[in-house]
Amino acid sequence: MVSEGAVVDHDFEDTGNPIHRVRKTAMWAFLGSEAFFFGAMISTFLLYRNTIGDGPGADIFNIPFTSASSFVLLMSSLTMVLADNSFQKGDQRQGRVWLIGTALLGTTFLAGQIFEFTEFVHEGLTISTSPFGSSFYMLTGFHGLHVAVGVLLLSMLVFFSLRGRYSPDSGMNVELVALYWHFVDIVWIVIFTVVYLLQI
Amino acid sequence: MAVATREQAPAAADRGLWSWITTVDHKRIGIMYAVAAFIFFLIGGFEALLIRTQLAQPNGTVLSAEAYNQIFTMHGLTMVFAVIMPIAAAFQNYFVPLQIGARDVAFPRINAFAFWLFFFSALFLYTSFLFGGAPDGAWVGYAPLSTQLTEYVRMDYYSVGAQLLGVASLAGSINFIATIFTMRAPGMSLMRMPVFVWMTVVTSFLLILSLPVIGVGLWQMLFDRNFGTLFYAAQAQGDPLLWQHLFWIFGHPEVYVLILPAMGIVSEILPVMSRKPLFGYAFVVFSGIAIGFLGFGVWAHHMFTAGLGPVAEAGFGLATMLIAIPTGVKIFNWIGTTWGGRLKLTTPMLFSLGFISMFVIGGLSGVTHSIVPADTQQHDSYYIVAHFHYVLFGGAVLGYMAGAYYWFPKWTGKMLSETIGKWHFWITLIGFNLTFAPQHILGLDGMPRRTYRYDAGLGWDGWNMMSTIGSYLIAVGVLVFIWNIIRSWRNGEPAGNDPWDGRTLEWTTSSPPPVHNFDEVPVVHHVDDFWYRKYGVDEEGRAVKMPEVSGGALTVDTDSGGEDADGDAHDIHMPSPSYFPIIASLGVVTIGAGLVFISSGAIGFALLALGAIVSLWGFMGWAGEPITKEAH
Amino acid sequence: MATATHAHPTAKTYWLIALFLGVVTAVEVAVPYIDALDPIRAVLLILLGSAKFAVVVAVFMHLRYDLKAYRFYFLIGLAGAIVVFAVVLASFRAF
Repeated sequence: MVSEGAVVDHDFEDTGNPIHRVRKTAMWAFLGSEAFFFGAMISTFLLYRNTIGDGPGADIFNIPFTSASSFVLLMSSLTMVLADNSFQKGDQRQGRVWLIGTALLGTTFLAGQIFEFTEFVHEGLTISTSPFGSSFYMLTGFHGLHVAVGVLLLSMLVFFSLRGRYSPDSGMNVELVALYWHFVDIVWIVIFTVVYLLQI
Repeated sequence: MAVATREQAPAAADRGLWSWITTVDHKRIGIMYAVAAFIFFLIGGFEALLIRTQLAQPNGTVLSAEAYNQIFTMHGLTMVFAVIMPIAAAFQNYFVPLQIGARDVAFPRINAFAFWLFFFSALFLYTSFLFGGAPDGAWVGYAPLSTQLTEYVRMDYYSVGAQLLGVASLAGSINFIATIFTMRAPGMSLMRMPVFVWMTVVTSFLLILSLPVIGVGLWQMLFDRNFGTLFYAAQAQGDPLLWQHLFWIFGHPEVYVLILPAMGIVSEILPVMSRKPLFGYAFVVFSGIAIGFLGFGVWAHHMFTAGLGPVAEAGFGLATMLIAIPTGVKIFNWIGTTWGGRLKLTTPMLFSLGFISMFVIGGLSGVTHSIVPADTQQHDSYYIVAHFHYVLFGGAVLGYMAGAYYWFPKWTGKMLSETIGKWHFWITLIGFNLTFAPQHILGLDGMPRRTYRYDAGLGWDGWNMMSTIGSYLIAVGVLVFIWNIIRSWRNGEPAGNDPWDGRTLEWTTSSPPPVHNFDEVPVVHHVDDFWYRKYGVDEEGRAVKMPEVSGGALTVDTDSGGEDADGDAHDIHMPSPSYFPIIASLGVVTIGAGLVFISSGAIGFALLALGAIVSLWGFMGWAGEPITKEAH
Repeated sequence: MATATHAHPTAKTYWLIALFLGVVTAVEVAVPYIDALDPIRAVLLILLGSAKFAVVVAVFMHLRYDLKAYRFYFLIGLAGAIVVFAVVLASFRAF
């Protein structure tokens, strides 16, 4: 107890409280949490990847089509990071262009997903065909929901920026939305490999 | 004589119902958590009494089988999700910012949102009684029982209710992580944080990593029940065992979520009441972290009778034995803290000692579950019920009671009565042991849990009667506690800033603290910094009271930071009240209600649409609202 | 000040990374069609996917340049999820 009393303040660290650090800490912790969320769904899919009953299995995947939509989502990460870059430099005009581009690419991906789902249903794979179908639709569906939320957030950013109400210190800023968007992208990188490429 | 001299009567605008609804102050939110948790404690306790009354004698007739299933399920759900988690959140909300020298939590509005979402979700769970009945598949909700379709939506309530409570808890946990890692006072390095704060860190990580897993399981249950998916449908080669995994990957860390904050509280009280520093601070912290890590690797010991195979069973059995080591380290450290101290046997201290001894019993019966053949015998018997009540009531609840007596003065400025408190403690301790000790014997004697009646002549009658008498004694203890709160709140002894001769920063500010907590942010130089402001150490290592600095109470270094040199409290900008969090939470709960009734058609979709609109309103307004509005 | 704001990469770096991601995706799609690679197909695909994952996290999400603490918050979830669910799948003999 004596030694503890003798601690001097040489290990003073920066405990200052810049708002960005607080928010990014929360966002990264949230993304760590999301890793478990998608981990549980990916595992469910892996468990049921061959449990196809009388319905179709992974053979109905259209790899060229899915590769194209994967590429679209990857490129949306590029436009997102460029938007972030512009906003960091204070160039909101340029930044908005990249934000809108990101939102459009995200919407394109979603449209592709809807098309893909429709095709699969026509070919006889629904959520109640087999555990394979249930887990495939749940995993890709929840990912699509994340993309949709991302598009909503991007649109709000554009809206706030246009109205002149955007500031890096406001509750929601480009950097945070970018982190979320890139995370949704890396989840798709995993899904593309694990669900599509490894199963054909 | 009850005319209390309110030193800082809040302005009229800061009082009244509206100010509580829109509050973003972590202290008020903490109090609301405590009040809500206590109300649900009374409800859950009432359900426990119903169960014990039913089981007092063979072939009880108080409850039908159907009612019994609902009551014991709701008892479990209530006590876990609506009592122990929120009472931990109450202490964490109130005291984590105070103990780390912060003015509020990182996200005050998310904090308010988390509280309201918890409160409305728990209420929503109870509305199930009005619509055909409450969940009746036990708090573990095992498939395929839980995915069986009946004419009622009971297990949909379970699925959605637990999901919503999980979201609330997730939001709260992320808030604590951001608060603790980024908002500590100058000099408050990680290894100078109070143990309670450390345990909050561990708990928060356990929650953010485990809640999403049960989240997925609950969605799958809801989809299986309403949309024809086949996740747990054995007839289509779906595997009900998957639910057990997803549930217990959450469920086992969850039991540490319930107990670790109580351990943190006890680690605060023992040094103060023993007038010694915590023995082996670093060991207590690291063993808490180790418990958190290992807690993620033992989930399958709840599934030893499910047929996992010998390799998995041996592995999880060993991991379960391992977790006894850090737990044992903590217990030895607590004993070491009291050893040779000048003990003050106050009520918080009694509850803390009660915590340690009861938790040891519960821990030891827990270790017996790690031995697979023994566990196979004990599984689903009253032995298990006895075990987890020893850790959750004898452990967690006694720990939080200790916290209530310890920190009530800080909340209200009044001491709880020591005399009544001691009555409360002894009645509770005796009642508790009378209730749950016989259940060990009942379980080993073969009495299964979750059965609503038993035949006479099995040798269980006496033990059951004893257990029921004990449960009523606990209820008497709770009444004594309520009396103590009411009496002490109205005319208890004034507490002053530092009634216990405390060691941590919350005791440096007034009781109750001002809205901004500290007029000036303290600068921290030690673990137990406040103690070292009051006491020096002589050559033989004994504590010596230092002379009072002129001006008295506040003898802590402060850091006026960027504020003006006078440290004028009026320059501190606190976040403005907001009604958007409560609107957003109402919207989210309405969406949940829509999901429950989704298979009933129009009403479900109407609720979904309404909920979507309301939550969009709440969140959009929230996002567009500045955090601190211009004052006046 | 903590080491919060190191020089972030420039727009040029981002374009190069995107080029890399595009090329790797093309290779990934090609791999299943090349019969000679069949024995190592799974390993190769996992490696390629991990490379994309790592690059996005490190550069686009700035984890390489930002506070070390952020790595901890994220990686504890990522590593934890991988280990926990590997055990779950192993117990189902799903591999």
